Amino acid sequence: MNIVVCIKQVPDTTEIKIDPVKNTLIRQGVPSIMNPFDKNALETALQLKDAYGGKVVAIAMGPQQAKAVLREAISMGADEGYLVTDRAFGGSDTYATSYILSQAIEKLGPFDVILGGKQAIDGDTGQTAPSIAEHLGATRLTYVLDMKVEGDKVIARRQVEEGIEVIETKFPVLCTATKESNKPRYATVSRKLYSLRCDIPELTIADFPNIDTTKIGLKGSPTKVKATFTPKRTATGVNIEGNSPAEIAGSLIDKLAEAKVL
Amino acid sequence: MSFETCKDVWVFIECFQGEPKSVGLELLGQGRKLADGLKQQLCAVVIGKDVDAAVKAAAAYGAEKVYVVKGDEYENYSADAYGHAFLKLCEKYDPNTILVGATVNGRDLGSKLAVSLHTGLTADCTALSVEEESGNVVWERPAFGGNLYAQILCSETRPQMGTCRPGAFKKGQPNPDNKPEIIEEAIPTPAEQIRTKVVEFIKAAEDQGMRLDEADVIVSGGRAMKNAENFAVLQELADVLGGTVGCSRAAVDAGWMPQSRQVGQTGSTVSPKIYFACGISGAVQHVAGMSESGTIVAINKDDTAPIFEVADYCIVGDLFEVVPALVKELKARQQA
Amino acid sequence: MSLLYTDEQKELLAMVREMAENEIKPYVQEADEKGECPRELFDWGFKMGLHMLEIPEEYGGTGLSYETTAMIFEELAKVDAGYAISFVTSFVALRNVILAGTPEQGKYFADVVKPGRFAAFALTEPNAGSDPGAMRATAVKDGDDYILNGNKTFITNGALASIMVGFFKTSPEKGNRGISAFIVDADAPGITIGKHENKMGLRLSNTTDVTFENVRVKASAMLGEEGSGFKLALNALNLSRAFVATMAVGIMQRALDESVKYAKERKQFGEPIINFQMVQQMLADMAIKIEASRCLVNNTMRMMDNGSLVRKEGSITKTFVSDCAQEVTSNAVQIFGGYGYSKEYPVEKLMRDCKVFQIFEGANQVQRMTIAGELNREYK
Repeated sequence: MNIVVCIKQVPDTTEIKIDPVKNTLIRQGVPSIMNPFDKNALETALQLKDAYGGKVVAIAMGPQQAKAVLREAISMGADEGYLVTDRAFGGSDTYATSYILSQAIEKLGPFDVILGGKQAIDGDTGQTAPSIAEHLGATRLTYVLDMKVEGDKVIARRQVEEGIEVIETKFPVLCTATKESNKPRYATVSRKLYSLRCDIPELTIADFPNIDTTKIGLKGSPTKVKATFTPKRTATGVNIEGNSPAEIAGSLIDKLAEAKVL
Repeated sequence: MSFETCKDVWVFIECFQGEPKSVGLELLGQGRKLADGLKQQLCAVVIGKDVDAAVKAAAAYGAEKVYVVKGDEYENYSADAYGHAFLKLCEKYDPNTILVGATVNGRDLGSKLAVSLHTGLTADCTALSVEEESGNVVWERPAFGGNLYAQILCSETRPQMGTCRPGAFKKGQPNPDNKPEIIEEAIPTPAEQIRTKVVEFIKAAEDQGMRLDEADVIVSGGRAMKNAENFAVLQELADVLGGTVGCSRAAVDAGWMPQSRQVGQTGSTVSPKIYFACGISGAVQHVAGMSESGTIVAINKDDTAPIFEVADYCIVGDLFEVVPALVKELKARQQA
Repeated sequence: MSLLYTDEQKELLAMVREMAENEIKPYVQEADEKGECPRELFDWGFKMGLHMLEIPEEYGGTGLSYETTAMIFEELAKVDAGYAISFVTSFVALRNVILAGTPEQGKYFADVVKPGRFAAFALTEPNAGSDPGAMRATAVKDGDDYILNGNKTFITNGALASIMVGFFKTSPEKGNRGISAFIVDADAPGITIGKHENKMGLRLSNTTDVTFENVRVKASAMLGEEGSGFKLALNALNLSRAFVATMAVGIMQRALDESVKYAKERKQFGEPIINFQMVQQMLADMAIKIEASRCLVNNTMRMMDNGSLVRKEGSITKTFVSDCAQEVTSNAVQIFGGYGYSKEYPVEKLMRDCKVFQIFEGANQVQRMTIAGELNREYK
């Protein structure tokens, strides 16, 4: 089975700080990590490889430092990693990014399964991976918990709000993974050493001679940022105090009743 | 589809087993706002096998037109079938703006349409408005886990699209007398075109409690809960107030509560009448999911916890003492 | 931490740290109380390949340097030294195979261990601790085989091991020169494992008696020449003695981490106790001893990587570091005060865990005699 996983390097948003004056991210000192849901997607890929054999390729679009997440993917068991990088790709929104990644997938493919995480914890749009399916004309299944193959059929379980759908489809298929999909494995020592020493080939715009340049970069992005701001938090809170939990409870209930909330 | 000729605000009324989901109806309220700003009409889009309930609801919640596509192939959501039908509608009727609920299927459909129509989609919007001069919708959404908010424009292409989280907006008041124009379109999707088949549906078993988006009162617990059993303390308070229990991501990560109970950036967005944040520090990711609650009561031992910056009532104390005291006092007053 | 870690070492340590903190740490307190480590916990180490680190590449192992392996086990020991020593003990056995075994024997050992299995090193007997030459276990030749009989005690991984390196007298009349080493499959008929020792510390580590009753092994299971076992054991122990010190460094570092954190939070007389000079003195002395210990271990590892048998340096390292650890962990409990004495807090365990480092791998008193002996030999 040929499997490709799209992974993204993101700042660890649990550690992020915003400069309140400039309204921009303070990137310094914030560790960069593999997008956690992409890690789930990678684990799905590795489990498929464990079960059915084949190859797992990881691709990421980003600057040079994004190679770190490709190496991490290899340390967990991916066979190869490719970095899609070029100034021409900078400023891409989800439409442009998904287009570029679909071009890379076509170049490196064909693949039976394409995997990605349900959303990136920086952009939080959840659109890039499903959009790749559209550019490729591939069947898409979002929020996949697990997959198995029976003959030429793919049977996947998909998480929806109301429960779980069991879906039958065929290859090629694009799936997005979520936290409930699995618990990503740790790397092994020998794989980690290999990942630090191996080559990560780069794909630049020169590798895509037929790419539609109107669909990439800032110019190729239908959505544009008008403004950004930090959420305002006003400390309007009323302190409820008391000498005992019972007093505090009474005081709170009184106030809620007064405000006609209770 | 042309920038000049496109018109109307379309809202997708997503259904489950023939019943309209709340999010589509919530978005009709926002759609009304946008339609007024653009001076255009508000339309609903219903696709399914049994569509009557959805059409009725769309009417009640303010749609001026309802586009309906019926067929057996639309009984269950599939990207291929729904995408095909919706696309054909767009090609024929040329909408200006499309709103879709940011549910699992809504996000799926939204992204498929955006790429097919070669246009921009802004996801998980928390506020919408219109730039009257340009006719651009201003899509406001959180990023970086809720640390930053961005205003996005789709200024070069139409239709301009956005998804919004269930619970981000409140439903308006239904008007049973509203009679929209019903436009039924026959758009069959041939079976060969539908590449996925739902062979089984397993209802979510583990979470039998009241849903977060239906509750008027949510009592939420965080890291300080220490284990799964302690959530029974919160359940007592929820029961006394007729509400339900929620949690922060820390509780889900620790395995104490299922993800369906998580409130926050990667969980559910809620806006109940009262939200009790018990032993929750108030990280931006959590606050992003509950800041629109009517009244927020925070109970935390740490007086520097960020939750106190958004709470209406602040209690610095041990939740394991305060919550039982609240339950006791409420029961006593209810008896009296 | 003053070692100049390479990028690779940093990555490996970060990886081990994450696994140990997330998967092992939450269960340590309970396992320590029970005196037993659940098998699933060991599986995390196996999955990561920690049991293959010192096995040479030609036998399918990772072939990592002593230096890097020691860093990894220091990291693991910060979470639990008993867990760490379970893996380290396999390497103690391995070293005998590397030093004296044939390539076939090396491959055999590696193949047994590879799927995720432990090894044990069976030298000590109830009457033969510091004086291994006093052992009574015998190996009697019988055709192409040897029959093993004897009772070994305090064997780490006794109940867990799939393979053992054991020492038996092939010629009891020759004293030390009559001891031979054998590779023995743990499931060989005649081997009984005694009950698990209820120890003061390292309680996640399995320690049992192992009794050999007419255990038949092939002559090809002997490591090296007949009668070379004693020398082999000493040489192998020189290497492992220096190595185990790295776990004591891990224990000390954990003790310091917990103590500084506590001293900053705990307030008495209106201020954090880290402001008080005598607490500062204890913390400073802890930090000094840890730095010195870590650098000493690292240097000795590099000598070992360079091929040195570290007879004197191994003794120096183990003696110095284990003595430091006693003081450091005791002071950690002191800083925590009454809370330090309680099992609810992590430091009393550290104190219990490190005592054995002054005892095993050659008691420190014997080490001092060895060092003096070496000095005597060096100076003409």
